Amino acid sequence: MSALGVAQEHGHEHGDAHGAHGHHELTFIQKYVFSTDHKMIGMQFLFTTLMMLMVGGGLALGVRWQLAFPWTSMPIFGPLFANAGGQISPEFYTMLFTMHATVMIFLVIIPVLAGAFGNFLIPLMIGADDMAFPVLNMLSYWFMIPAILCFGMSFYHGGAAAGWTSYPLLSELRVAAPGSGSAQTYWLLGVTLVGVSSMMGSVNYMTTIINMRAPGMTLFRMPLTIWGMFITAILQAFALPVLTAAGFMLLFDRFAFGGWLEGIHTVFFTPAGLVVNNADPTVGGGQPLLWQHLFWFYSHPAVYIMLLPAMGMTSDMLACMCRKPIFGYKPMVYSMSAIAGLGFIVWGHHMFTSGMNPALGMTFMVSTVMIALPSAVKVFNWIGTIWGGRLQFNTVTLHCIAFVSMFIVGGLSGIFMAAVPVDIYIHDTYIIVAHFHYVVFGTTMFGVFGAIQFWFPKMFGRKMNETVGKWHFLLTYIGFNGAFFPMHMLGIAGFPRRYADPYVHPYLEHLLPLNQFITISAMIMGFAQFLLLGNFVISIFNGKKAGRNPWNANGLEWAAPSPPGHGNFDIPPVCFRGPYEYSNPNRADQDFWMQTDPTRSPKKPPEDPAHGHS
Amino acid sequence: MRKFWCAFFVFWPIVAIIYSLISSLIPSLGWWFPGPSVTELGQRIDNLFYLILYIVTAVFIGTQIAMGYVLWRASHSKDERAWFSHGSHSLEVIWSVVPSVILLFLALYQMDVWALFRVQAYFPKEAREAPVAEVTARQFEWRIRYPAPGKKLQLKPQPDDLYDVNDLHVPINRPVMIQLRSEDVQHSFFLPHLRVKQDAVPGQIIPIWFKAERQGLFDLTCAELCGWGHYKMRAQLTAETEVEYEAYLKKLQADQNYDGHATPSAVAKKDE
Repeated sequence: MSALGVAQEHGHEHGDAHGAHGHHELTFIQKYVFSTDHKMIGMQFLFTTLMMLMVGGGLALGVRWQLAFPWTSMPIFGPLFANAGGQISPEFYTMLFTMHATVMIFLVIIPVLAGAFGNFLIPLMIGADDMAFPVLNMLSYWFMIPAILCFGMSFYHGGAAAGWTSYPLLSELRVAAPGSGSAQTYWLLGVTLVGVSSMMGSVNYMTTIINMRAPGMTLFRMPLTIWGMFITAILQAFALPVLTAAGFMLLFDRFAFGGWLEGIHTVFFTPAGLVVNNADPTVGGGQPLLWQHLFWFYSHPAVYIMLLPAMGMTSDMLACMCRKPIFGYKPMVYSMSAIAGLGFIVWGHHMFTSGMNPALGMTFMVSTVMIALPSAVKVFNWIGTIWGGRLQFNTVTLHCIAFVSMFIVGGLSGIFMAAVPVDIYIHDTYIIVAHFHYVVFGTTMFGVFGAIQFWFPKMFGRKMNETVGKWHFLLTYIGFNGAFFPMHMLGIAGFPRRYADPYVHPYLEHLLPLNQFITISAMIMGFAQFLLLGNFVISIFNGKKAGRNPWNANGLEWAAPSPPGHGNFDIPPVCFRGPYEYSNPNRADQDFWMQTDPTRSPKKPPEDPAHGHS
Repeated sequence: MRKFWCAFFVFWPIVAIIYSLISSLIPSLGWWFPGPSVTELGQRIDNLFYLILYIVTAVFIGTQIAMGYVLWRASHSKDERAWFSHGSHSLEVIWSVVPSVILLFLALYQMDVWALFRVQAYFPKEAREAPVAEVTARQFEWRIRYPAPGKKLQLKPQPDDLYDVNDLHVPINRPVMIQLRSEDVQHSFFLPHLRVKQDAVPGQIIPIWFKAERQGLFDLTCAELCGWGHYKMRAQLTAETEVEYEAYLKKLQADQNYDGHATPSAVAKKDE
């Protein structure tokens, strides 16, 4: 079996030397396109999401351009919409922020965490040779492609423009807005397909993590990354059906079929007697608030789907870079579970001003405020992990520290909007925009950038360039804070979201210079991403060669060859201890103790009962 | 480089604090609330905001100092090995219990203001019994319907109702209630200077109340995406004395009853 690993390490393109394992030969298409290998699927997700990151970033710069230099021709992207003279029209602007959020959430953050890193890391970290259902896994990637095509079709039809939340009736009645025609239909289909993809992944991850752990890999010896992925998979399994159902309800509301299909024209979200855009009055009896409840029942847990895996990965990276066990492993697991559990009963905080029963506002406020508690516990534990460590400032470390630091800002600003009375004022202002960008970009994306650098040697057998990595970090960090911190002040000044030209309102006129500063920072941050992409692509071919375990880390994945061959491990792994035995005094020659290392400690390992031998 | 990165991660929180201080202490920059609230309830909302702000700032400074300290220590460690510790049970208990008490207090402390703002049973009785106007949002304007002077606002439009667009007048120093509706999609009735915000939901009539305590013209904007023209749904709130308010309604009535022949004032006289 070791021959297999060696053969793979030298990277025979068509996999023709793999007869040793009894597998039949894989063609190029089987290996690189319709691959059932979790590593290849993970990398397919990674490449796709990095591309989509640039698309989403371009859309964001369009939004920023309009806010800083309203009604002027946009450079670089302007020619793409030359029919408007390179100017961003109001309907184009509403499309820009709608599609920015859609692309970033559904095609970047969720698939990069669960799709790319979930796929790549889960079997490797638990010591399995692949996912439980490899074909399902392949399909979960290939359902992303029609989803992307649907969003592309939405663009072709002018782009959905009802916000990523797509509240009816704006998103339901075709006459309500320029983007509410076919563009909205394709948008809904796209979201549904992303949901199908996520659901396939979720089922697969749960099964794999429950059933396919290596001998000795008990639940409490799993790395926190796996805990994060596991809890995320559970969240997806329980929350997604609600969004899918809501999506179909909205689709059925939108279609007016004739003939025997006539009965399908439903009115779930349509009240009677509305006159939209001088069209005929609506017929109905539905309730638009229902959509908000259903949508947020998925989309609030989705915020944690966008966060928990990154929390897990950062915990693993931070422990390794500090050469120190994670501080409070079990509290970390419990707080992730608590976040997931509470995550299901806080959706109403998106609806404090929506007109739902005010008593609900009170209960949702209490649950929302309490979700800050497990988040705080996690922050304290990360700081505790650094405490007394031996830290090297490499690119991975920098991203981990940025992750914690930005999560503090994003978490604390969340308390303002959790408090209902304060939320009355700040709801739908830029302080909300600042808050969720600190969480999904500042926190998750810094975690992802760190994770790319950390697991890159395992993916490609080479390391990424440190100098370029640090410049990328520096520019992204400065650009990010320059762009998003002042947005808190915009929010306090009452600057509403989603305004194509806020400066028609007298009380917002003076905020133009601040917006220009924000836009310039955003441009710095946007262009810094080319450093990441360049570094990523060039390092695949020219990076410094890395061995199996370049970071001296403990996880099972570092026992496999870099890159791991088909079937992952040349020696079937057995797990002997928890993943965080760094700097164990019972270990004489090195400061790490791999989970696969069968050496017994001379005496019983101190403290933590979870790390005892089985 | 170790020193540089430690300084780097301490530098930005300091910038954030200084920037926030400048924003809050120099109102002329306009980076803070658009003036003190015009309503008393709004002032209480601001106070709650400041309460959270103080707690959050203390936590922010505390965690960032702790972070800077552990970073400095960890990156300048001369030990051969890191401190081998899997955590501390008592620390976990402390940093779970203390924040939960503070958070629970914060949540419960907010309840009163929310109830006063939104729960109808707590609305001032005089406001609840006589809503001053019905505001109907539509793409992209605010339509306002007042009852004729001396009459009460009815659910259904009356022949003598008075209409205006994008200009809402209310008397000061008494609580007023408004019936909020939407004619097409969702909108949100946002008075930034009064700290009032309420979505207008199609198919629902939602009451909102406030008590302006200062005369003046204030912005009324839409805070929920309602289509391409969302940004230009601009209107104004005129808060004026009772006398001016009565005069305004009278004038509105006169203008409305103007038949195109008589002078408006003559119509007003005939009505009386």
